[in-house]
Amino acid sequence: MSAGESLGLWGVPVAVLAGAVRGGTPFLFVSVGECLTEKSGKINLGLEGVLLMGAMSAYAVSCQTGSPWVGVAAAGCAGMLLGAIHAWLSQRQRVNDIAVGIAMIVFGSGLAFFFGKPYIQPLATQLPSLGFANWSGNPAVRSAFRICPLFFLGVAAAFAMRWFFKSTRWGLYIRAVGDKPDAARAMGISVVKVRTLSIMAGSFLAGIGGAYLSLFYPGSWTERISGGQGIMAVALVIFARWNPVQCLWASLLFGGAQALGPALQGVGVSSYYYLFNASPYILTLVVMIATCSTKQTLAGAPGALGSGT
Amino acid sequence: MKHFLSSLLIAATVACAALPSPTARAADDITMGFIYVGPKDDYGYNQAHAEGAAGVAKLPGIKTVEEASVPETIAVQETMKDMIVQDGATALFPTSFGYFDPHILKLAKQFPQVQFFHCGGMYVEGKHPKNVGSYFGYIDEAEYLSGIVAGLTSKTHKLGFIAAKPIPQVLRNINSFTLGARSVKPETTVQVIFTGDWSMPVKEAESANSLIDQGVDVLTCHVDSPKVIIATAEKRGIYCCGYHASQAAIAPKGYLTGAEWDWTHVYSYYADAVKAGKTLMDGSIPHLVRGGLKDGFVKLSPYGPAVSDEAKTAAEAAKARFMDGSMVVYKGELKDNTGAVVIPAGTEMKQQDINLEKMGWLVEGVIGSTK
Amino acid sequence: MRTNGTSPADLVLQAACRPALATRHCKTTGPGMSEIQTEPAAPVASPAAGPKLPSLMSRRWRGMLEAVAIPAGAIFVSIILFGFFCAVNGANPFAVYASINKAAFASWYAWQETLVRAAPLMLCALCTAIPIRLGLVIIGNEGALVIGGLFATAAGLAVPHASPLATQIVMAGAGMLCGGLWIMIVGALKYFRGVNETISGLLMNYIAIAILNQMVNGPMRDPSSLNKPSSYPIPDEKMLQPIGSTSIHWGLVYGIVACVIVWFLVHHTTFGFKMRTIGGNIRAARIAGLPVGSVTLIACFIAGALPGLAGMVEVAAVNGSANESLNAWYGNSGILVAFLARQNALAVIVVSILLGGLLASGGILQRVHHLPDATTLVFQGLVFLVILFSESLYGRWKIFQEKAA
Repeated sequence: MSAGESLGLWGVPVAVLAGAVRGGTPFLFVSVGECLTEKSGKINLGLEGVLLMGAMSAYAVSCQTGSPWVGVAAAGCAGMLLGAIHAWLSQRQRVNDIAVGIAMIVFGSGLAFFFGKPYIQPLATQLPSLGFANWSGNPAVRSAFRICPLFFLGVAAAFAMRWFFKSTRWGLYIRAVGDKPDAARAMGISVVKVRTLSIMAGSFLAGIGGAYLSLFYPGSWTERISGGQGIMAVALVIFARWNPVQCLWASLLFGGAQALGPALQGVGVSSYYYLFNASPYILTLVVMIATCSTKQTLAGAPGALGSGT
Repeated sequence: MKHFLSSLLIAATVACAALPSPTARAADDITMGFIYVGPKDDYGYNQAHAEGAAGVAKLPGIKTVEEASVPETIAVQETMKDMIVQDGATALFPTSFGYFDPHILKLAKQFPQVQFFHCGGMYVEGKHPKNVGSYFGYIDEAEYLSGIVAGLTSKTHKLGFIAAKPIPQVLRNINSFTLGARSVKPETTVQVIFTGDWSMPVKEAESANSLIDQGVDVLTCHVDSPKVIIATAEKRGIYCCGYHASQAAIAPKGYLTGAEWDWTHVYSYYADAVKAGKTLMDGSIPHLVRGGLKDGFVKLSPYGPAVSDEAKTAAEAAKARFMDGSMVVYKGELKDNTGAVVIPAGTEMKQQDINLEKMGWLVEGVIGSTK
Repeated sequence: MRTNGTSPADLVLQAACRPALATRHCKTTGPGMSEIQTEPAAPVASPAAGPKLPSLMSRRWRGMLEAVAIPAGAIFVSIILFGFFCAVNGANPFAVYASINKAAFASWYAWQETLVRAAPLMLCALCTAIPIRLGLVIIGNEGALVIGGLFATAAGLAVPHASPLATQIVMAGAGMLCGGLWIMIVGALKYFRGVNETISGLLMNYIAIAILNQMVNGPMRDPSSLNKPSSYPIPDEKMLQPIGSTSIHWGLVYGIVACVIVWFLVHHTTFGFKMRTIGGNIRAARIAGLPVGSVTLIACFIAGALPGLAGMVEVAAVNGSANESLNAWYGNSGILVAFLARQNALAVIVVSILLGGLLASGGILQRVHHLPDATTLVFQGLVFLVILFSESLYGRWKIFQEKAA
């Protein structure tokens, strides 16, 4: 069994960098997915349930088939299914987005826990990782920079989505539907169809985020595997001003913040860890206060996203 | 159309009648109620209790009812009442520490004929109602042995302990683990990270990675579900010791041993006593039932493939001293990790010593703080 | 920005429509994120068009029938769906129904269990139901409850020599004050800085829980609370007592009274009128000279004071001290209750009891039918989704619409 020399104080930046990538990947998928959904003018709070359902289905399918990538695909499909329910329900007249979102959290988690019971004991085949620091003599550094290919898929998705919104016809439709749905309708675009597809695609990505949790990091299926990341992603999207690439940076930031607390304890700084744990939320709130203003609607906010998001 | 619908309805009803209905219980079965604070299959704390309950359900004349994921709010009072009123339970086993005050105490006063057995050792003679009893296992004895094995296996002499909160039960485990390791290798240090809550998989994984980055090569933990920590240790290629139940299946190469509960033993003891008509109220069942390795309340996981013969011998020797009662883990002079003396020279604190239940310090050799 | 094009005159008409149920026919559903309608809203019924009976009366009874039949139908359908779910998983659905009934509504004993669980939900639901009249979707209920409970405990401990009644008053006051301030911050951030109130409320929840944990594990910790870090306890004799010989504590009464007061406030006072006007069209309200800022802040304060009171009740009637058990998902359930009750404070009472019954039946599913603990979540989720779906069915069926003159 290998054991490396201690990194000492270097352990903190290494952990934060590594944590940014490995902890930030689920945030990345969920926030990019939510970004897509919100660009079309709907908010999906139910992603917490989607995350859990994705984690469970990925783990279960990987257990059954032995292939983690099939598990990832299954997670995406499970996400799409839940997204379809959300889309259909929240677009009906008089039905409120937020309420549907919370109901979907309850329903999604219930389903995930229910069907996931038989899979807590078994071990599923995990996703592979690519080593980026294999040149280092230090096993800690080597291991910190083992990155899952899903991370790169997520990064690609973020850049692709930015290009998609800026330069493609469908991206334009989505933005139109999100900004001025009446104008879009006048143009002959089916608002319902566009939103449904956006919500489903967003949930697909969120499901993959869940797969990452159970098949890579932390790499296990338990009922507490998600710590509110689905809900955090909604705040993240606002933090990132509905720009997919900024969602990427924000996710890395949050992932790093998550790793900071334990890393500091590792080198002996251990007070106030509850407040430390709340630092991503405090940070988001501070940023929102600093950058919002009543004079202008939040730059980048889709016009139809309720009252001046 | 009407005929079609009514025949459909009849068919559905008949089909449903074929499905199992809850079975009635035999008139003289004793019903024992078990309440868990989390899901029954968490590969950890609650699962250990559930396995114990399953073990006792096989005994003749005993029926068990269980409810899982009951939070420490008024919900548990409702659950206990339901078990008494609806299911006819006469002995209740609420297994989470936080159920005791005020929930068990309140219900015990309301239902003086029902016996409440709390897992946690809080019962105080005279202060608490007579139909309340406490039981607990000295799992820190098994942690001590775990520490011995860890200490002798570690190459860097740095051990890691990921804990939920700095409460006495947890601190006692950390200290026993450390004392065990240092009893065979005095230069060993144990680094502690507190995650803040009983189940935080992402924080646990981060903590595991941070500790390993600091050179730790044996990890153990005290959290509700050690699964993530053990899996991370195995992925990083280091050793680990388990807790609550055996996680050897998750870490076939790196699992050394672990501190496990044996609740079946405890629950069978209670089941037999209750069947024989003994009660807490008249004193025939003691109010405080505690035991360690000797009494079969806790056990050590089977040794993994990486454990050397030297480690096995040392651990077995210490275990023998637990079994014959001659082992005292907490004896003076003992200093904590700030240098203060916590047990003066010449004093011995045996396992049942009440001061150990209030432990608020980390022993010398532990890197970390309880604040 | 709202793109509602109603004129101030329409606005006054809308706000004047009474009773609360009839407002469904007057204006589109409460402001919120899904305001954009894909189909034209239900026809606006003005007092002029109507049958031979006094128009308000006839619309009223059909409207009321609709408001009862549709949710009842929704509950019925969700129970059927849940029955399928149970059957597929090996449990006899009829036995399950019998058990749910037994656990929630079949006896006075069961009713007490249901009502006890309903009490905190009523107070928490109002935290969402009040600001939504202003057009604000606030989901910070959990945070307000936790902060209220924490500071109520601190206040109760700070007056060790006070009589039980005085202690209760001090604790309730502290809980309401701190909870109110917490949500007032959310309202202020929205009014002064334009920060989206849904998100800020959410973030404030997490911050409140972190503060609770930090305080209860740190400065406020009672060393003798050993393995469950808690604050020092409130002495037994000073705790909130149950009502008579039942097991229900006075929190239920607080909840019902609060709901009635809020309903009255929203529908029969000037302040309520101002709130609804602002909620209908904020620009018109400003033009009309309404003090939007102060109404927002006061409404948010009231909205936060109620879950703060619920937090105090959790400590004073149940737990006896502040600890992590304060964080028990009451707040989030309250959000759902508010939406299911369509933001009507009186309906909140009914929906809370329904949800209380659902929660009370969770245990029996596990113990008697050996269904896993997650089953109750699936059941709750089904009920919520179906009821939310049924919201869209209003105005669809002719039988509930008034006959033409």
